[in-house]
Amino acid sequence: MPFPKRPAAPAVLCALAATTVLLASAGCTSNEPQPSADRGDGGRAKGGITVSASDDTCAVSATSAKSGTLVFEVTNDGSKVTEFYLYRADGTAIAGEVENIGPGLTRRLVVRAQPGTYTTACKPGMSGEGIRARFTVTGSGTANAGADQRLLDQAAGRYRAYVTGEVGKLLGGTKQFVTAYKAGEYDRARELYAPVRAHWERIEPVAESFGDLDPKMDLREADLAEGQTWTGWHLLEKDLWWPAGAPASKRLTDPERAKYADQLLADTRDLHARVATLKYQPDQMANGAKELLDEVATGKVTGEEEIWSHTDLYDFQANVEGARVAFDSLRPVVNTKDPALGRVIEQRFTALQKDLDRYRRGDGFVSYTDLSKAQVKRLSDSVNALAEPLSRLTAAVLV
Amino acid sequence: MSGDPGVSRRRLFGLAGAGAAVGAAGFAGGLGVAHAAEPDAADRASSPDRSAVDRYPFHGPHQAGIVTPAQDRLHFAAFDVTATGRAELVALLREWTAAAAQLTRGHEVGGGTPGVYEAPPADTGEALGLPPSRLTLTFGFGPSLFGDVEGKDRFGIGGRRPRALRRLPHFPKDNLDPDRSDGDLCVQACADDPQVAVHAIRNLSRIAFGTAALRWSQLGFGRTSSTSTTQQTPRNLFGFKDGTANLKAEEARLVDEHVWVGPDDDPGARWLAGGSYLVARRITMNIETWDRTSLREQENLVGRDRTEGAPLSGGKEFSPPDFTVKGSDGKPLLTADSHVRLAHPSQNDGVRMLRRGYNFTDGNDALGRLDAGLFFVAYVRDPGTHFIPMQTKLAAQDGLMEYLQHRGSALFAVPPGIRRGEYVGQALFT
Ligand SMILES: [Cu+2]
Repeated sequence: MPFPKRPAAPAVLCALAATTVLLASAGCTSNEPQPSADRGDGGRAKGGITVSASDDTCAVSATSAKSGTLVFEVTNDGSKVTEFYLYRADGTAIAGEVENIGPGLTRRLVVRAQPGTYTTACKPGMSGEGIRARFTVTGSGTANAGADQRLLDQAAGRYRAYVTGEVGKLLGGTKQFVTAYKAGEYDRARELYAPVRAHWERIEPVAESFGDLDPKMDLREADLAEGQTWTGWHLLEKDLWWPAGAPASKRLTDPERAKYADQLLADTRDLHARVATLKYQPDQMANGAKELLDEVATGKVTGEEEIWSHTDLYDFQANVEGARVAFDSLRPVVNTKDPALGRVIEQRFTALQKDLDRYRRGDGFVSYTDLSKAQVKRLSDSVNALAEPLSRLTAAVLV
Repeated sequence: MSGDPGVSRRRLFGLAGAGAAVGAAGFAGGLGVAHAAEPDAADRASSPDRSAVDRYPFHGPHQAGIVTPAQDRLHFAAFDVTATGRAELVALLREWTAAAAQLTRGHEVGGGTPGVYEAPPADTGEALGLPPSRLTLTFGFGPSLFGDVEGKDRFGIGGRRPRALRRLPHFPKDNLDPDRSDGDLCVQACADDPQVAVHAIRNLSRIAFGTAALRWSQLGFGRTSSTSTTQQTPRNLFGFKDGTANLKAEEARLVDEHVWVGPDDDPGARWLAGGSYLVARRITMNIETWDRTSLREQENLVGRDRTEGAPLSGGKEFSPPDFTVKGSDGKPLLTADSHVRLAHPSQNDGVRMLRRGYNFTDGNDALGRLDAGLFFVAYVRDPGTHFIPMQTKLAAQDGLMEYLQHRGSALFAVPPGIRRGEYVGQALFT
């Protein structure tokens, strides 16, 4: 589901076996070989450089290309899993890499290359120096790869500080919530529920990356398997907003309330400790931003997440804020690589926030059930409008 | 309704001899695969996949529409029996059987006998002039037929309910719509022409009025599985080839082992021997969020490359996935949550199922999202061993679940084939 589950290897920072979608964005200078900028062609670019990689050969169809976006179409014609690398002049720094190409498969390496001398390498069996050859990039590039890396590191640092701050506030808020709930101060607990959860929702892709904690803390009743024990926020939510007509006999007893509340607090402490050890890659941040919007599109805008409390708009706002921070952290990188994409995303974040602001009440939001169908549809349209360009952010940042 | 073959729609319109008529030689095989039959040149030209016959036999040891090469279109319907008497239910099954024999031949319901001018015609008429389009009609009995929610045995068959015929359990993340789930009876109509499939369900519904009422139905286009080696593997709405490892009609031994209920499987329900169980699931796909997902992520979730359908461990479409092949990070190329790994027989005690799913799009929802997905249909010998464990695992672990919502669910026992003069499910009532 969310990003750290499939962590990208560090080398992926510079390259992406991606589609041409990203190439349509304005920041990619148009160069030879010219891939099709036509979105939706499934990545079948014309005029790319083909690489046939066997167990003992590495046939690259060209030995030079003009600077800019290069597309290598790498086919594994051998019998072992292989990899293809583009090294910078010193032969060790990786300019681009495509990994894990099974026999018979074709993978694409899209890389932005400055003028200079490079080395191509196929690595059958994924070990050793590989089968190497010289590759020259001509022309006059302008961007500076070293600066990109510095910006990327800064972006990761900024995002890390944000996540650490949020998980700290989540822990503090959960303590207050649990105390009120266990003391039987249910009005207070209901007041705290949505604002405290917002700290969770802002960092949802990170929180969800702990595959054991996420279901314990955030599982919805509909997500349960038959016979599975239900714990976490939404169990307490149902207890606090007990549905009219549901049998009172099914309600939690006081000892159960204490047990599940303590469990939630213990799990939050666990999350807090584990988040402290995390480091972020730019692709994780960019994907995380998109995933937060997908969360909104599939769960929050439909009112399915907070089915008892109807506080979905709090979650909605928090998901959008989390995505916004990830994007803002990456913004300096986006500004150098694809400023047009950055402007579109910025403008759509603003539009979505404006739509959402219409439903603010006091410190929070109206109940989801107060929204008309037309209002929900309008919010949904704004989410889609933002999520589409946001889905190109990862590729724009990395390539 | 009489069993009289009556007037063919084709003959009625003077189309006989137009080159589409096919000899009966191919029908004798029972499975209706019929490679031996005379090919229909016009049909074959329009679709490279198309089987060489233009219709499948209704009678045989097993019901048609299971291992029959999957047609292009589906109209699936589930019914609630509104009558409470056993005799009425049996009468409906007799009438449905007679009508099905006519419909699958491309004949009119009622045999085309001229009716009274002042009365509505027996056949609704929208399929007049259309070829049989390889229509198959497959009938099934839901658990509620054997005992309703209060456990009432309306038709005196409660004691013969197959053990495995129960409502499917709630699987993780199920978000079921009761109005698209369950049912006392089901009819699967498959054909190459949607009008022919819809015509069949419409006429069977009409016959049922007063005895059974349509509970829900689903239209499908674009079969998402191949049930014969003569067919190419189609793609689902995620753009990926699906069901490459599906059971095929030609694998007779495996079909016997995994699809047909054996005579001794369930001593309390011997009437079901030669039949099967039908699992139906309406799976909505989050098309819009899928389309925003990188190709890398899409392929990792599925476990196949998009272009060829080859497993990410390498090879071609039909190469067996190799779960041991590791990538540069030391982790398997087919990740633990990839669909191919989780669904593969080797990871599921070797069980196989015969899938017969269809893509569907029912317009859009109120938020402007396509209401689209996969109408999953599978035939298995025992849902308790061949579906429930796998679905429990997939629902909990499959990375694709992020993009799926299961909105409808149903299980039916599918009686064996019908011999001439019999009605569908006759052994259950005698
Ligand atoms: Cu969630």
